Amino acid sequence: MKIHIKGGRLIDPKHGLDVTQDLYIAAGKIVGAGETPKGFTPNRTIDATNHVVCPGLVDLAARLREPGFEYMATLESEMAAALAGGVTSLACPPDTDPPLDEPGLVEMLKFRAKTLNRARVYPVGALTIGLQGTRLTEMAELRDAGCVAFSQADAALADNNVLFLAMQYASTFGFSVWLRPQDPALAGGGVAHDGQVAARLGLPAVPVFAETAALGLILLLARETGARIHLCRLSTAEGVEMVRRAKADGLPVTCDVAIHHAHLSEMDIGYFDANCRVIPPFRSQRDRDALRRGLADGTVDALCSDHTPVDDDAKQLPFGEAEVGVTALELLLPLTLKWAAESNTPLSAALSRITSEPARVLGIDAGHLGAGAAADVCIFDPQHYWKVEAAGLKSQGKNTPYTGIEIQGRVVCTIIDGQAVYDADGVTGKR
Amino acid sequence: MWLDPSNPQLNKNGELHHLLTLEGLPAGIMWQILDTAKSFVGVTQREVKKVPLLRGKAVFNLFFEPSTRTRTTFEIAAKRLSADVINLAINISSATKGESVLDTVANLAAMQADMFIVRHASSGAPYLIAKHVAPEIHVINAGDGRHAHPTQGLLDMFTIRHYKKDFSSLKVAVVGDVLHSRVARSHIHALTTLGCPEIRVVAPKTLLPKAVETLGVHVYHDMRQGLKDVDVVMMLRLQNERMQSALLASAQEFYKYYGLTADKLALAKSDAIVLHPGPMNRGVEIDSSVADGGQSVILPQVTFGIAIRMAVMSIVAGN
Repeated sequence: MKIHIKGGRLIDPKHGLDVTQDLYIAAGKIVGAGETPKGFTPNRTIDATNHVVCPGLVDLAARLREPGFEYMATLESEMAAALAGGVTSLACPPDTDPPLDEPGLVEMLKFRAKTLNRARVYPVGALTIGLQGTRLTEMAELRDAGCVAFSQADAALADNNVLFLAMQYASTFGFSVWLRPQDPALAGGGVAHDGQVAARLGLPAVPVFAETAALGLILLLARETGARIHLCRLSTAEGVEMVRRAKADGLPVTCDVAIHHAHLSEMDIGYFDANCRVIPPFRSQRDRDALRRGLADGTVDALCSDHTPVDDDAKQLPFGEAEVGVTALELLLPLTLKWAAESNTPLSAALSRITSEPARVLGIDAGHLGAGAAADVCIFDPQHYWKVEAAGLKSQGKNTPYTGIEIQGRVVCTIIDGQAVYDADGVTGKR
Repeated sequence: MWLDPSNPQLNKNGELHHLLTLEGLPAGIMWQILDTAKSFVGVTQREVKKVPLLRGKAVFNLFFEPSTRTRTTFEIAAKRLSADVINLAINISSATKGESVLDTVANLAAMQADMFIVRHASSGAPYLIAKHVAPEIHVINAGDGRHAHPTQGLLDMFTIRHYKKDFSSLKVAVVGDVLHSRVARSHIHALTTLGCPEIRVVAPKTLLPKAVETLGVHVYHDMRQGLKDVDVVMMLRLQNERMQSALLASAQEFYKYYGLTADKLALAKSDAIVLHPGPMNRGVEIDSSVADGGQSVILPQVTFGIAIRMAVMSIVAGN
């Protein structure tokens, strides 16, 4: 299959490319841009005029809910959501049921994903058995089964010594440890940011120092152990500043922010909107602005969807009892574009946060359009407005605070390994 | 992003449909409730203590959390309005066995309920119910988590108005566990709306929410300073379980520094009144000599509570 993508605005952040140029795909690979490669006769031509052609999105956190939570979502539904969102590679956290703590489970997940022939799935293995926080998993075995990193998801570790030993053990093999900084005792039973909204609504609060205290310890142990650390879902201004300083000191850490946290604040809880019940909580506008600055200056390496499909029943509960999470795979791109527009961030730099940068964090060859790379491509219409509605989302989870809101930017075609696996409205096929 | 501009407790004409919180409740509606309650105080003192305003209506007391006083006063109020009252104590264990709050409510609504009086341990639960009931059903919040206890807030405003006539020159101190108190939040919103110029909160740092000053209050950690020259002292209940935690050292130390004793009350204005939402922990947050003393209006509070609940129920039912 040879595809000629014609007349689009080609943006390849990794190679500093932002130019109106044609893109050529053959045998699942990118074979060239601009000049037609010698002897290239396309089987298919996609007219991308007025559209952006960029690398397929790389998402550092998308819950597919299998195994164990099939009533909330299935691989089929969430892979369809990924493609509709232009996501071609995704890492899934280990907080399934059972957690991804043994090679058989990881192999099964990889196999199931592969037979669906859709987005590339990169499982993140559990750091401890059952995510119970006490005994380490067989990380090397899990790596051989396909795990790209190890994480405790949102579960707590028994104590600081387990954290230290896990980092030390992982560093022995050069494995990457992904940690969401939160001190469980300081977070208590909190469900909202420790600010004016929690004070007004009487919601148990999660203080900023629940994040920074844990972050301080992680950075300390990263220095001590030399472990490769990726910090997940930063939420506070102080947290971003600590990472900024750590990076300036030469510590090789990376970090990400969930896309909704780049837009929403505690105020959006409104009258107890359970769709704003997330971990970590939406914080103050000052924190949100600091996350945006961190994204702009590179302190924050990547934006992720933190996609968490939740069934209606689990959201139709009082705020503090509602299941956490938002459905986000299909909103990752439009909300990234919204951030770029609002912060005057060049489109290429913004797209790097959801393509080349997360690929670098994952340590995979993806998220770029260099010649010879696997042809994972996202074509989107940056001008297209669409209204977020439950019926329009492919994800089984309809839990988003953006329901009823118009957003800009819509994926029209997603290509994986040179195959057009998603065609919005069949548009591209007709051209 | 955006805030839903519509207030979920008002109908399209801006009238009270549900009573969920006092925050953002228009002053006009608050005065209407207080005025209506005043007319009901007379009813409760008559020999025949009934008016037919809610005749034929079914009021469901839906208590997901135990309560004696609030449930009883709602029941008396509804009966004095000639409503049929059904009391349901849904204990936590049966709720966790499966049936969700909304399923419970849907089942009861199918039994032709006209009004739900809701008490729940989670902040915001009455909003969830109000959002999902049929449009002709009214929801009244009888206390949700740490969020709000609007009828308690209103009956305390009624009590203050009864004794002080006017809010516009009052200094009011709210003392005790503000962090966990739905009553305190309702006090603060009501006092702000009714034009009280100086609201103080008095508590150790461990019992105040972080951004409490954004509610429009002055913060005091020294009770003696906090009570100086106030017209009204509103004591809060300290739950026993707080004393088992690291929030406090001991009941004795709390009493010494934050308990209302005669000598501390002497720092307030000589005609200051003392309120407490009950049930009281004598010797913890309040001394018996004060609770039973001449400045205490704690028992009138309970009486007024019936009139306030009658007022709220009759107003929402009439809108």
